Amino acid sequence: MEKREYTLTVYTENQIGILNRIAILFSKRKINIESLNTSPTEVESVHRFNIVITETEEVVSKLCRQIEKQVEVLKAYYNTEDEIVWQELALYKVSTDAIAEKVKVERLLREFGARAVAIRKDYTVFETTGHREETDRLVKALEPYGLIEFVRSARVAILKGSHDFHERLKEFEQKQPGEEVIENEYLGKKEEVFSL
Amino acid sequence: MELTAEKKSRQMETIENPSVTGSEAVLQALLAEKVDTVFGYPGGAIMPVYDALYDYNEKIKHILVRHEQGSIHAAQGYARASGKTGVVFATSGPGATNLVTGLADAMIDSTPVVCITGQVFAHLLGTDAFQETDVINITTPITKWNYQITDATEIPSVLAKAFYIAKSGRPGPVLIDITKNAQLQKFEFPGYEKCRHIRSYRPKPIVRETYIQQAARLINEAKKPFVIFGQGVILGKAEKEFRNFIEKTGIPAAWTVMGISALPSDHPLGVGMLGMHGNYAPNVLTNECDVLIAVGMRFDDRVTGRLDKYARQAKVIHLDIDPAEIDKNVKSTVPVWGDCKETLPLLTESVEEKSHEEWLQKFRNLQREEEKECIEPELNPESNILTMGEVIKLLNELTGGNSIIVSDVGQHQMVACRYAKFNHSKSNITSGGLGTMGFGLPAAIGAKYGAPHREVILVAGDGGIQMTIQELGTIMQNKVDVKILILNNKFLGMVRQWQQLFLDKRYSFVDIESPDFVQVAKGYGIEGKAVSQRKELEEAIREMLNHKGSYLLEVAVGKENNVFPMVPQGCSVSEIRLK
Repeated sequence: MEKREYTLTVYTENQIGILNRIAILFSKRKINIESLNTSPTEVESVHRFNIVITETEEVVSKLCRQIEKQVEVLKAYYNTEDEIVWQELALYKVSTDAIAEKVKVERLLREFGARAVAIRKDYTVFETTGHREETDRLVKALEPYGLIEFVRSARVAILKGSHDFHERLKEFEQKQPGEEVIENEYLGKKEEVFSL
Repeated sequence: MELTAEKKSRQMETIENPSVTGSEAVLQALLAEKVDTVFGYPGGAIMPVYDALYDYNEKIKHILVRHEQGSIHAAQGYARASGKTGVVFATSGPGATNLVTGLADAMIDSTPVVCITGQVFAHLLGTDAFQETDVINITTPITKWNYQITDATEIPSVLAKAFYIAKSGRPGPVLIDITKNAQLQKFEFPGYEKCRHIRSYRPKPIVRETYIQQAARLINEAKKPFVIFGQGVILGKAEKEFRNFIEKTGIPAAWTVMGISALPSDHPLGVGMLGMHGNYAPNVLTNECDVLIAVGMRFDDRVTGRLDKYARQAKVIHLDIDPAEIDKNVKSTVPVWGDCKETLPLLTESVEEKSHEEWLQKFRNLQREEEKECIEPELNPESNILTMGEVIKLLNELTGGNSIIVSDVGQHQMVACRYAKFNHSKSNITSGGLGTMGFGLPAAIGAKYGAPHREVILVAGDGGIQMTIQELGTIMQNKVDVKILILNNKFLGMVRQWQQLFLDKRYSFVDIESPDFVQVAKGYGIEGKAVSQRKELEEAIREMLNHKGSYLLEVAVGKENNVFPMVPQGCSVSEIRLK
């Protein structure tokens, strides 16, 4: 089987230690995490991990089940690029003189839709968001003009078919609820929560 | 005396006064979970819990072990013999790290254990305080769940979760680390409520009727169906359901090491043990059956041998409670998710009554070959040198197959698993997945507490027993009635066997010297005897069994005997060697 880039989306409880619990499932199998992002979700107390790895589907699907097996994980999905909407953010630090002197730099920045987020005497920081190829291309383009520093964020991704998770969450909460189950305030308001 | 009286009155108060310390809340939780026995070892960071335990002495039995590894193996033995959750107390730092082997063992063998470890004061966390260890991160990969409590108010709900997680679904070890300040902290005790549901945790997958029907269809059409089963049958308390299933369908069934005793050894459909040192017929015929029905087992590599040559011809039906096990090693044709306690009766209902006499005969024919080549020479040897097998055979005859047999790890373990007879479930306690040498002695102690009315016999090797031999002290102090049978071949036998067969007899550091075990036992106040002659063997075993209280019997067996049959590593199960 061929290795491909997969984006994992993992919904978890917001609990200390869960990042470690997930991360060691990768390192145990000697799999390199290429990008990792954690963030809150639209549902209170539920967190979302976006993890990018390059592996065969067989490995990724088994890994997903191992992740889902963890007590504090609600659901884990794996998707190829075409099944998700995703973005990465990049920051570029360039010498202010270079931009002021060279018209070409300015044109480049316009072309890539870069936005200035900080302007100082000696340097300026630009920002772009997009797919990896796009942010990479600007790096290449800026290199001849003295790119001082470059940083790219982890991938954030939204599933094209994410209503599934919401249905599942409802299911988990309704299945033999104990006395202490806290009802999710978003239950039954699917449209408000997961509209893309 | 005064102090005790004062404490007694304090304990009375707590019932009326809802303000309790974290430590008392821990013990209240144990009582609510009906914990009767705790295995542990005190130390600085767990002292408040032990102080509270002083007042609960009559309600909760505490067994002081000699090393924390002993406490967790004992808790495992307790859990395996009783079907309940084993509980461990240990202190921070070295106390907690000594639990690591046992946690890994319990994790891979799905044993429900709750470990409570002390931790330094919360304000000292991360300062490299005395006996501080990051036990949560150390144990994350080898616990089903773990959690650090720094505030006493969390204790009731976290412990409720701990017991629920350890026991439900596929069981496993849980570790709760409690900082010393939380143990000392007083708080309004809200009462203990058992946990029944955790939003993000699904202990049992939903049983899907369509898969049951698909599986039933495959089974009904099968000409040469074959059932292989593991500990899932025991953990699911589904022994009866399992029997009903194979008896209705007439399918031959073979067990894994962990599945031993789920089906009585003399059941007519039982065709023996799978795996590297399992029986000949079930290994060979795995590669001949047309439908392979795996129940509560996880296709360990010791069972499958070379995977790409494992049951390629067969359609595989896999019944498992853990979705992550399905398709992990062997691709299933029909996955039957769920607790086999629920899925087996559904399946039994949907299958036709049948018998597979001709197919069963094939097993018997191969069995006869194995009898001739391996079993007969092992159980009724011609030479004067004693074999491990004949010792186990005598044990069967004298116990009638009604005892709990605990084994350590190595050749004796494989011989015990191959030849010991069992009439009752939960009777074979051994370290299957992790292969932990030193597991046996403490596990036998725990098994006796888990099943006090049953006879517990430890079968150990001369190597493994020395890894946790200090637990003889636990037996001494608590007068634990455990029979210890050491099969001494003066070698680390299993490694030696491999060195003989695959490494040109280069016996690299397998020649192990042992103390005089009988003298050691004597030092601990345990009676014992050593034998090396066939004519004294039966009487010696009888003496051991009839002895009131613990007893150690050392039997000198052949130095260079091998365990056969054997599936050499990297070979297919059908390439199993008889010699």
